[in-house]
Amino acid sequence: MTTLAEPRHAQPLERNLFGRVVDRLGGGLVQVFMVLVALFWLLPTLGLLVVSLRGETENNSSGWWTLFTKPAQLTFDNYSNLLASGFGSSFWNTVLITVPATLLVIGIAAMAAYAFAWIEFPGRDLVFLVVIALLVVPVQIALIPIAKLYGFLGIFGSILGVVLFHVAFGLPFAIFLLRNFFVGIPRELLEAARMDGAPEWRIFATVVFPLAKPAIASLGIFQFLWVWNDLLVVLVFADTENQPMTKALQSQMRQFGTNVDILAPGAFLSLIIPLVLFFAFQRYFVQGMLAGSVK
Amino acid sequence: MTDRLDGPQATGGGESAAGASSGPRETPADPSTDSPQPGAALSDSGADAPATSDSLTVSESPTDDSPIDSDEPPAGPAAAGYATAAPPGAVATAVATAGATQAAPRLGPSPRLAVMFLLPALLLLAAWVIYPIVYSIWRSLYDSAGDRFVGLGNYLSIFTDSSTLTTIRNNIIWVVVAPIIVTALGLIFAVLTERIRWSTAFKLVLFMPMAVSLLAAGVIFRLVYEQDPDKGVANAIITSVHDAFSSSASYPGARPRENDQAPAVAQGGAVVTKQQVQAGTPVLIPLVGLNHDTVKDAPAAKAAPGGDGLSGTVWLDVVRGGGGTLNQIDPQEKGLGGITVEAVSGGAVKATTETAADGTFRFSGLPAGSYVVRLPQSNFTAPFNGLTWLGPALITPAIIGAYIWVWAGFAMVLIAAGLSAIPRDALEAARIDGATEWQVFRRITVPLLSPVLLVVFVTMIINVLKVFDLVFIIAPGSVQPQANVIALEMWRVSFGGGGNQGLGSALSIFLLVLVVPFMIFNIRRFRRDEG
Repeated sequence: MTTLAEPRHAQPLERNLFGRVVDRLGGGLVQVFMVLVALFWLLPTLGLLVVSLRGETENNSSGWWTLFTKPAQLTFDNYSNLLASGFGSSFWNTVLITVPATLLVIGIAAMAAYAFAWIEFPGRDLVFLVVIALLVVPVQIALIPIAKLYGFLGIFGSILGVVLFHVAFGLPFAIFLLRNFFVGIPRELLEAARMDGAPEWRIFATVVFPLAKPAIASLGIFQFLWVWNDLLVVLVFADTENQPMTKALQSQMRQFGTNVDILAPGAFLSLIIPLVLFFAFQRYFVQGMLAGSVK
Repeated sequence: MTDRLDGPQATGGGESAAGASSGPRETPADPSTDSPQPGAALSDSGADAPATSDSLTVSESPTDDSPIDSDEPPAGPAAAGYATAAPPGAVATAVATAGATQAAPRLGPSPRLAVMFLLPALLLLAAWVIYPIVYSIWRSLYDSAGDRFVGLGNYLSIFTDSSTLTTIRNNIIWVVVAPIIVTALGLIFAVLTERIRWSTAFKLVLFMPMAVSLLAAGVIFRLVYEQDPDKGVANAIITSVHDAFSSSASYPGARPRENDQAPAVAQGGAVVTKQQVQAGTPVLIPLVGLNHDTVKDAPAAKAAPGGDGLSGTVWLDVVRGGGGTLNQIDPQEKGLGGITVEAVSGGAVKATTETAADGTFRFSGLPAGSYVVRLPQSNFTAPFNGLTWLGPALITPAIIGAYIWVWAGFAMVLIAAGLSAIPRDALEAARIDGATEWQVFRRITVPLLSPVLLVVFVTMIINVLKVFDLVFIIAPGSVQPQANVIALEMWRVSFGGGGNQGLGSALSIFLLVLVVPFMIFNIRRFRRDEG
């Protein structure tokens, strides 16, 4: 056996030496290629940042990349002007919409997911399949009916209406994600608690919820980004006084070209918090994506 | 804990019955702890039978387990907690359930409890998602005002109206192009990142646009796609690449004088000499029509020496401030460098050269004979200014480009996760057997990854069908009809000034119908994974 195997191994070794040389060269090329790709991917955002930091006259007369030849042109004027013009209130609206919508989805979905994962009831599988089916329902379907409903309830244009809409449309994904995580919790842990006679509320709050922290973090960051970055829902349901940043900026798009000094810093302000969160929690973000790449 | 239980239980009879059914089962040995609760008692009398039957299938029964943990203290308080919610008639039920639990010794709360856990979610889903679907179907059968029944008229107009047909055409382009490119790029990046240093940093960079709102991405790409190459980075790159590969000099507007003495005339955009010219006699091609500033740094024009070969001078025959002799080279006049010059004989170009900075040119090695010297049109066209990304022709590809920028990282991360799950042995075995890297990729990596690739692909299709923000933000108002997609058109006709919620509802139902196959795909995938 061994004697037969040896010549078979000798050949690949030689090939490997050759292969390694090729790999070195090829690897270098790959590295260069990927660095170029990364630059290509960074360039647009970098452009936005630089444009947001340049005065109107500079932006009108030369490209942002001239920064590298004369870096003295940077200024924070655009940002201070933007904040002075009341953009701060739409930033605050974004927070007022995003934080409750995220927390509510986590709470409500965690309860439902717990029921789907650990309480047996008739029709459970069917109801859960309906939840999965709802994962891909486009938001557009609800715009007209819910606008009517909100008019009837008197909450059209309010932050409450926007939050409830986001919670409802965040639920299918949230339930799906958490339920799939909950079923992975060892049965023994729950049964031990049940044997101790702990009521379901306590099991949910003290056993499952803490164990599910990674999944909840994933869901939290996903829902946060989804609501923070949404434009369509607030376009329909948020009044001007309640409008978040996305809608405020959208209303500026019509004059694009003459108001880059508003749009660029506004867009950058709107993306800086998601970006920070993303870098801080990217591990959870990826996990959430892997768990629920169906939306 | 008791408070938390009491809260929801007080909200409805069904829930309190759930508590009741589990209550007595925990305390068969000590019914005296049962403290009567009026609300629960009322509901229990009505819901007694179902509560008992529920406990047949799912029941929490410390009675079975008492031999194991009868000495554990938590059982006491916990049981008491349940007991507070137990109805007075619990003793009777307790007997029945105690018998039942012997038959089905399984741990678990009552299904009634599930209702409590599910209620908020199901209410929201019913009111905000299910009801709107039903309402939209109904609403789509009525006209814009909503009071005249039009049957399928709205759906008919989706497929006959030219503007909605454009949206459908655009959505088809999107679905055919974007998911494939995103998946392919994701695959390429995922495979290549495995072979480079700082791959984590690289992944973060590519993945970062996922965190950016589509509105911000739209603003970013409006800047990228600016027409002026001095502002938009896309055209800046394209023009500089273009200029690197084509002759740099261009003199738009330069032309010969239109009088009889001029030695050259304009002919179809090009400039040609009037007379046949021979080697040895320098050719003079005076031009006008240029702003002096464009040539102010050019050296003075020189007369080409005669001698060997066909030679001559192209220059700007204008003296600043006036003066000078027409059709003669004056000392202050500037040469035009970098102009392409052709020697034409019998209609065919025999030789091509370029003028030097002082405007002189020379064809050497040209066969004797008489020629016409021609300055082709390319010398006088306006310089290349990049592409009109945001014009009607390129708008959809341009927006798809932005979409790819946003989503390629998503595909890459998903595929990379799938890649890391591939058994390394399979790849190594193939390499040892002498397979090339391409064969390994094509025959092993891709087939093993195909489930992940399919998921990414399908996710992208679903996403692309709903694409809204990027089109809305990137396409300028005047071009939006050409860039329009279904999701955007739905908003436009219903809220963005269209005022036709009948058509809007029909469009949203159409959108829903388009994603139904993927709904089924998801359900199938889930059942397979669970099964």
